[in-house]
Amino acid sequence: MINSGDTAWVLISTALVILMTPALAFFYAGMVRRKNVLSTIMLSVAILALISVQWVLFGYTLAFGPDHAGLFGGLNWLGLNGVGQTPYPGYAATIPHLAFMVFQLAFAVITPALITGAFVERINFPGFLLFTLLWSTFIYDPVAHWVWGIGGWLRNLGALDFAGGTVVHITAGVSALALALIIGRRKGYGKFPMEPSNIPFTILGAFLLWFGWFGFNGGSALSSGGLATSALVVTNTAAAAAALTWMLMSWIHKRPSVLGLATGAVVGLVAITPASGYVSPLSALVIGAVAAVVSYYSILIRVKSGLDDSLDVFACHGMGGITGALLTGVFADKAINSAGANGLLFGNPQQLLIQAIAVLVVAVFSFTVSYILGRVIDAVFSLRARSEEEEIGLDITQHGEAAYS
Amino acid sequence: MGFKKIEAIIRTEKLDEVRMAVEGVGIVGMTVTEVKGRGSQKGILLEWRAGEYRVEFLPKLKLELVVHDVDLEKAVEALSAAARTGKVGDGKIFIYSMEDIVRVRTGERGRPAV
Repeated sequence: MINSGDTAWVLISTALVILMTPALAFFYAGMVRRKNVLSTIMLSVAILALISVQWVLFGYTLAFGPDHAGLFGGLNWLGLNGVGQTPYPGYAATIPHLAFMVFQLAFAVITPALITGAFVERINFPGFLLFTLLWSTFIYDPVAHWVWGIGGWLRNLGALDFAGGTVVHITAGVSALALALIIGRRKGYGKFPMEPSNIPFTILGAFLLWFGWFGFNGGSALSSGGLATSALVVTNTAAAAAALTWMLMSWIHKRPSVLGLATGAVVGLVAITPASGYVSPLSALVIGAVAAVVSYYSILIRVKSGLDDSLDVFACHGMGGITGALLTGVFADKAINSAGANGLLFGNPQQLLIQAIAVLVVAVFSFTVSYILGRVIDAVFSLRARSEEEEIGLDITQHGEAAYS
Repeated sequence: MGFKKIEAIIRTEKLDEVRMAVEGVGIVGMTVTEVKGRGSQKGILLEWRAGEYRVEFLPKLKLELVVHDVDLEKAVEALSAAARTGKVGDGKIFIYSMEDIVRVRTGERGRPAV
């Protein structure tokens, strides 16, 4: 039975989450050098187009189609065959099946876009497109099935992931690490200064992400009542706590940094994502603050290691997602969501173990398959732009365009 | 009687004070260019997401003005007094001899064209 309030909220949430991909494009573009601004934006918006098509053709059915062995969805809904205006009660009983499908599409789009931060300023565009298509098909779609699909093995195990801490942020963060290893450092990295092109772009992007995240987490209730409201409140709370924590850390270091505050906000949003339908506002404060500290030091360690995960996708999304997924197993409370589970603090230490298993399996799977895909594509098509293309800048050499006159 | 070209690298925030100071000694015309450069101050560190990044060239302004030889000392004095903070990064003044000057509108050469 379709409920118009639920449907309206899920459709609005879909639009909010779709906005997050161009928001991410600007979040990233502000932190790269002037010669690679358009290239960096292109990576995200090309994914918006590419995966929107992939999802309709076969991505949705691979992720959410009728289960095979808990591992992937069958091809019954190829080309959205049978996915119509009536609800599919197994996923959401009060909204059209198409509404659930397109809400999930927005998640399938932004996840590979997150990875692009690892290889900006040196990626070869054709190799990148192929990588993205295969990554979505062989990593995102199966993992979404494991965690969210009916019959998915991690869902059956009882793993909690309200809006994608594991499915979105851990897959993307860990894959970014693999890609950064394969593609190597930018020319001159660590030797020459690399000045960000436009920090206000990054700040604008970060706060548009914050705005879109209300759809990401609030919409994941798939209804418009109390649970969506609760998810929205904890989302805002965790983002704020993480932003303040990061600002304080940068202040202790030297000055209260706006780039630091914005980065903290995004990390807080990442960390609350898996927990957003299961925890109280006070728990969200702790989750946000802890994630900010974890990601801040992860960036410092990454820099020291010499690895050029250029926009710290692993530190922010990988570590933020892992922190959030594990803390979900600590702070989850059935008083917030009776369909969830209790965590460690509410007498169920078992849940933390389940969360840890889900984190470990998804991280190892994502890293391994990303590494293999990356190596193969690099060998056949080259993932890295030619040396002189990288020096001149990818805007001109890969796209024939200039961001600024 | 010749003229000199004064090329001054100054702090961006000092432009209006310098403009008023040289106007005070009767020099109105000048060309201003936004430039980047470095001196003994070298670069500076700016806040990154965690830690810092280095900027090796700092934004400065380059002023170019042409004066009669007789006006040179008071122009340089006014300019440097207005541009000075006493800290590293105050800039430099370069002085060149000039061959000739042409006023495009009238075709006047030399002295009247200044």
